[in-house]
Amino acid sequence: MEKFTTLTAIAAPLPEANIDTDKIIPARFLKTTKRTGLGVHAFDGMRYRPDGSENPDFVLNKEPYRKAQILITHENFGCGSSREHAPWALLDFGIRCVIAPTFADIFFNNSFKNGILPIRLPREVCDELMKDATQGANSRITVDLERQVVIRPDGEEISFEIDPLRKHLLLEGLDDIGQTLKREGAIEAFEAKRAKDEPWFPKIAV
Amino acid sequence: MSPRTLFDKIWANHVVDTLEDGTAILYIDRHLVHEVTSPQAFEGLRLAGRKLRHPENTIAVVDHNVPTSDRTKPIEEADSRNQIETLERNVKEFGVPYFPLLSANQGIVHVVGPEQGISLPGMTIVCGDSHTSTHGAMGALAFGIGTSEVEHVMATQTILQKPAKNMKIAVEGTLAPGVTAKDVVLAIIGKIGTAGGTGHVIEFTGSAIRGLDMAGRMTVCNMAIEAGARAGLIAPDETTFEYVRGRRFAPKGADFDAAVAYWKTLVADEGAVYDTEVTLRAEEIEPCLTWGTSPETVLSINATIPDPANEPDEAKRAQLQRMLDYMDLKAGAKIAGTPVDVVFIGSCTNSRIEDLRAAASIAAGRKVADGVRAMIVPGSGLVKAQAEEEGLDRIFLDAGFEWREAGCSMCLGMNPDKLTPGQRCASTSNRNFEGRQGPGGRTHLLSPAMAAAAAVTGVLTDARELNA
Repeated sequence: MEKFTTLTAIAAPLPEANIDTDKIIPARFLKTTKRTGLGVHAFDGMRYRPDGSENPDFVLNKEPYRKAQILITHENFGCGSSREHAPWALLDFGIRCVIAPTFADIFFNNSFKNGILPIRLPREVCDELMKDATQGANSRITVDLERQVVIRPDGEEISFEIDPLRKHLLLEGLDDIGQTLKREGAIEAFEAKRAKDEPWFPKIAV
Repeated sequence: MSPRTLFDKIWANHVVDTLEDGTAILYIDRHLVHEVTSPQAFEGLRLAGRKLRHPENTIAVVDHNVPTSDRTKPIEEADSRNQIETLERNVKEFGVPYFPLLSANQGIVHVVGPEQGISLPGMTIVCGDSHTSTHGAMGALAFGIGTSEVEHVMATQTILQKPAKNMKIAVEGTLAPGVTAKDVVLAIIGKIGTAGGTGHVIEFTGSAIRGLDMAGRMTVCNMAIEAGARAGLIAPDETTFEYVRGRRFAPKGADFDAAVAYWKTLVADEGAVYDTEVTLRAEEIEPCLTWGTSPETVLSINATIPDPANEPDEAKRAQLQRMLDYMDLKAGAKIAGTPVDVVFIGSCTNSRIEDLRAAASIAAGRKVADGVRAMIVPGSGLVKAQAEEEGLDRIFLDAGFEWREAGCSMCLGMNPDKLTPGQRCASTSNRNFEGRQGPGGRTHLLSPAMAAAAAVTGVLTDARELNA
């Protein structure tokens, strides 16, 4: 996983609530066995017209937002399916940070596992950042994870919350399986106790 | 110890360790695997030289991609075939128990788990699929995870998670005749919205919930995710224990008795505190359906389509208008009587034998309306066999329904069963997002009885009128 430290980038405004995972990546593109290559299908239904041509009205089809690395959006972003293809598609497009008032739980989790930082900020703050984002290329937003601040183009700093563990893993670009396996002794102890307390616990064999 | 909720108890029973910031390493009892969200996880294990920690607590099936037509022919679509063949190679290499496509045990993962006795009360159950919440009906803590977490569970049999908040949704009273579990859960989502449960595990309770059979409870918990919840839960009771008894992988004999003694402790303590509580009166719930492209756009079948002009918030007003346009509906018109092109009865929400019986009771002696395509897709090979034993297949075929093989089918538009642009579908599935059932398709979520009623009348209909 790529580290996330500081990002200064163009932010795309997407002022819509409840952007679901089928919007981020429709199911017909989930037939891949890889994590990469989904960027071309990110927001497929919004981004392309039925004949396959680009929808010129969609923000990510406009300059400078084709190079956006930050997305500013409304409530409940990523609701619906558990598909990690949603953050994979965003990442493959180039998005490293999504700022919204609220996120759906599974999408929120999945983002961290892929080096994408989802930031929750109050709606009125998101609306201010949305205005910044509409200013285009002259209006870059900075996200400093170490200091936990979003820096607006005018220099104003907005602080945000993040779990210390998630912050650590993102800053270092660490995979959490390795972290968990450091506690393998605790897992073994749990399993030994379980075998004693619930001897009836069934195994699956077909 | 202060009084605990059902979620608190199952959670506490599975905490392996707690990290400095409060994140728990949570032990996972059952890991359900399917072809779409697992290939990258197996690849990750392979690259890191890791194995599955407990293949005997894991089960794999194919469901999302599979055609629901003739299974003896090769799968035509190359990408789908590749995903299925990849799973078959992976389960072999990593020693994962697997129900192959041609097995009678194959089916939708959330139908197969409870049906086989793989999902049991008190367990923690995960799957790379958001509708894992279904298994909460067993009194298990069950939730969907992403592919990175799938790999984490494979390697460690745990996941990293912070405790959820507790939410109680009580449905008190007696449901009116003709009102089903699907109507109950749609009414709940209509009330609390698609983000109403965010960050929470919902415990469904109250006399109307306790009165549901296991299939109905699974329908309710299945759609907890549509309310944004991490999971849905129903306390296990005699209905649960009787359902579990004798199932293939359930404990047997003295083991079953020992398990039941433990499962009986899985109820909220008197005085347990919930962060959020919501109560609905069962008598007020009517047969309902969705009109828009979000599961919270719920209407009683006898109501009229809302007018965006009445919405004060500008962004919401625009969104409602967009939904009306996409769905090709008129504000202020009655939803009943809207013509449908396709009827889909199936999915992890409503494809169990009880669902098929409800649909058959409407279909019996009637004919699918001219110009309507009506499909019945059983949730598993076992459900299909049971239905055929009961003669339900004959009822459906005589009425002009298609009788298909088990799979996710038209719920999600990633196998050959898809809507074409502009088609309107009465669907027993769980999501009505734009393009969910195929690009440009229009979905109305409703119960099996209401779907069957739409099939035989050709329009959205109050199923109670046909049952009278």
